[in-house]
Amino acid sequence: MTVKVAEEWLNACAGCEISVVDMGERLLDVLKLVRFVHIPVLMDHKHLGQLGNGHHIELPEADVGILTGGIKNEEHLEVALEMRKKCKTIVAMGTCATHGGIPALSNTYHNQEILDRYYSTETTDPVSSYPGEGIPALLDRCYALDEKIRVDVYLPGCAPHPDLVFAALAALATGTELKLPDKSVCNECPTFRQGKGQLSQMRRFLQAPFYKAPDEPLDQMRCLLEQGLLCMGPVTRGGCGGNKITPRCIAARVPCRGCHGPVQQDGNQLLDMLNALASNGIDIQSLPEYTSLSRFSGAHGILSPKGK
Amino acid sequence: MEKKTVTIDPVTRIEGHGKITLQLDEKGHVTRARFHVTDFRGFEKLCEQRPFWEMPDITSRICGICPVSHMLASAKAGDAILGVHIPPTAHKLRRLIHWAQLVQSHALSFFHLSAPDLLLGMESDPQERNILGLVSRYPEVAKDGIRLRQVGQEIIRVLGGKSVHPSWAVPGGVRAPLEPGKLESLQALIPQAIDITERTLELYREKIEGFSGEIEHYGDFSSLYMGLVSPGGELEHYDGVLRVMDGGGKILEKGAPPENYRDIFSEGVESWSFLKFPYYKPLGPQEGLYRVGPLARLNVCDRAGTPRADRVLEEFRRWQKNGRPVSGSFHMHEARLIEILFCLEKISETLSDAHITGTHVRSHAGVNARAGVGVIEAPRGTLFHDYHVDDEGLVQEVNLVVASGHNNLAMNRTILQIARAFGNGSEITEGFLNRMEHGIRIYDPCLSCSTHVVGRHASRVELLGPSGGLLRSFEIL
Repeated sequence: MTVKVAEEWLNACAGCEISVVDMGERLLDVLKLVRFVHIPVLMDHKHLGQLGNGHHIELPEADVGILTGGIKNEEHLEVALEMRKKCKTIVAMGTCATHGGIPALSNTYHNQEILDRYYSTETTDPVSSYPGEGIPALLDRCYALDEKIRVDVYLPGCAPHPDLVFAALAALATGTELKLPDKSVCNECPTFRQGKGQLSQMRRFLQAPFYKAPDEPLDQMRCLLEQGLLCMGPVTRGGCGGNKITPRCIAARVPCRGCHGPVQQDGNQLLDMLNALASNGIDIQSLPEYTSLSRFSGAHGILSPKGK
Repeated sequence: MEKKTVTIDPVTRIEGHGKITLQLDEKGHVTRARFHVTDFRGFEKLCEQRPFWEMPDITSRICGICPVSHMLASAKAGDAILGVHIPPTAHKLRRLIHWAQLVQSHALSFFHLSAPDLLLGMESDPQERNILGLVSRYPEVAKDGIRLRQVGQEIIRVLGGKSVHPSWAVPGGVRAPLEPGKLESLQALIPQAIDITERTLELYREKIEGFSGEIEHYGDFSSLYMGLVSPGGELEHYDGVLRVMDGGGKILEKGAPPENYRDIFSEGVESWSFLKFPYYKPLGPQEGLYRVGPLARLNVCDRAGTPRADRVLEEFRRWQKNGRPVSGSFHMHEARLIEILFCLEKISETLSDAHITGTHVRSHAGVNARAGVGVIEAPRGTLFHDYHVDDEGLVQEVNLVVASGHNNLAMNRTILQIARAFGNGSEITEGFLNRMEHGIRIYDPCLSCSTHVVGRHASRVELLGPSGGLLRSFEIL
């Protein structure tokens, strides 16, 4: 029996869809188990009917509905509600869907400010009013999916590793339980630590981490946070490395940027990180700004204009 | 027959959200065709107050298909703020990752998104007209496409740690050098990829013999072309100078420094779309329509600069009419394959460079300039990142002009041309609508990269529940 899957993107960038395609030849194996009934990036199924004469968004029924991106306008909301109605299981795929992702950084501004800026860049011709003909209204802010519809499976990542996507699809197709990593990135990080208390200031990213040679094994490199680089590993959910386990940014000798969202679904990366730094005796004033600590998880009311 | 509006929603097999509206008169003829883009994320604003060294990582999230282009344009703007020359090895590594991205992005466009129309037919069964249909009907071609994309993604992954949104390029260079042990396995990917590209070019040429109508009407018009070229006039994707050419082949901008972009184009605004409409400033919005991307790049360069690509570029120029630049947007498909070949040759050449595994990959400095512009040829065309920062390096102002936006006027003109050529005035068929969509697909637009929204020419009635939640909405056309 094949499992029917519908997929849609909302306030997203297509990186999650690329992760599906990046399963490469494994995608062909997946296709033996699942049948896509709707996926706009690859297939020609329309919202308003194939001849464009339908009057409201209609998606086909499916066992599994995968949604990427958060919800920022009426159309996103309509698609999400329709998907919920037509699918037995809803998967929130990618950190935009689970926590708002980078686009939720816009929650630090009002829509008016965002539009004002977009229509006043140096290269834009002067306008007397902003386009408004039949445009689906922006919602007041960027929402994670579960603020608007019930979500059954959370698959974070920016983008989720193709191994995770494969594991999720395979589990959903065979009806087996999906076990995703639920500990922090540090738990999977091979670098070594020397202990607390030797550091009082964070360094800027304009400086590089210390290690001896490009092919020096990662377990001989000191923890990047201990090196004074703002690594979000302690407050970020693991699993980004897929089957190879080693966190992907660490493997490139880059401090974790926090892209898997908080360790617990309802965690707060900003507060947790400030706590982690302060309890290690680091002067948090040495950070140039704090908002970036929530840059992947600004939905759920965590970022708002008044904090500005 | 009454006047009516037909909405293709969403335009599928493209990146991001877009739709087409067609207005038909009483006789069923298309009187207006518009392409609307339906997202608005506002990166110009949300980047404010972020440190500029975080910008490559934040702006890469503009697009999941060309994150590497945004990362690099952003890092280049950062280089300008630091006021440094990056180490030569870093420069080569950045070029390497960018060519790899062009390979994967162009392969996605050609095989996964457009080939179903080219191989199965523009008006073939929509159920089958996709990559899955290709897997069953043309398994070898599908496999080639999957493989070729993987080669690009694998090089990005090895250099940047991950294939989507790598955090790797930074102001001043790149974060980590290339491990010598990885060289051989990367080099080994290239010969097969070149074979795939060359046999796909052959297959393509065979197939399009039956596509003369499409070639003639899918966006064949005179326009300007814009793109970067190397100082010597060769095909260029990372650096170089801006060249603008008119429809007759006359060069209007010979080699403008990219930071002067404000003098070169301006962006118009229409009431029915949030996506802006850039035009060549000296000629105004009517005459100043220009195209960017693979076709424009092959038009504005004197030559590619690698042996295989130069050979196929020469053949490509068979499409020139009376010595004028190639004017048919349909040829973007072929142009993409030629660029893939070029990138593979360049990757191979660069991997053989004795200094490619050098370990000095980062120049260090603080904020030396309060503004910086980074320009790059993204797969879809010229991409600009322009930042202003304060003394601490916090971004105060951002202007982004993205590749797909440049083609907005051209895309709208293209779908109208197709509607007029293929609309028969009697009935709207699914196949006809797919032709309109293919007119968009040839530009391979990346609508996440743009910003914007829908003009739906309809009234909407909404039914709200007691708590204010949307229960149902209708459109009255």
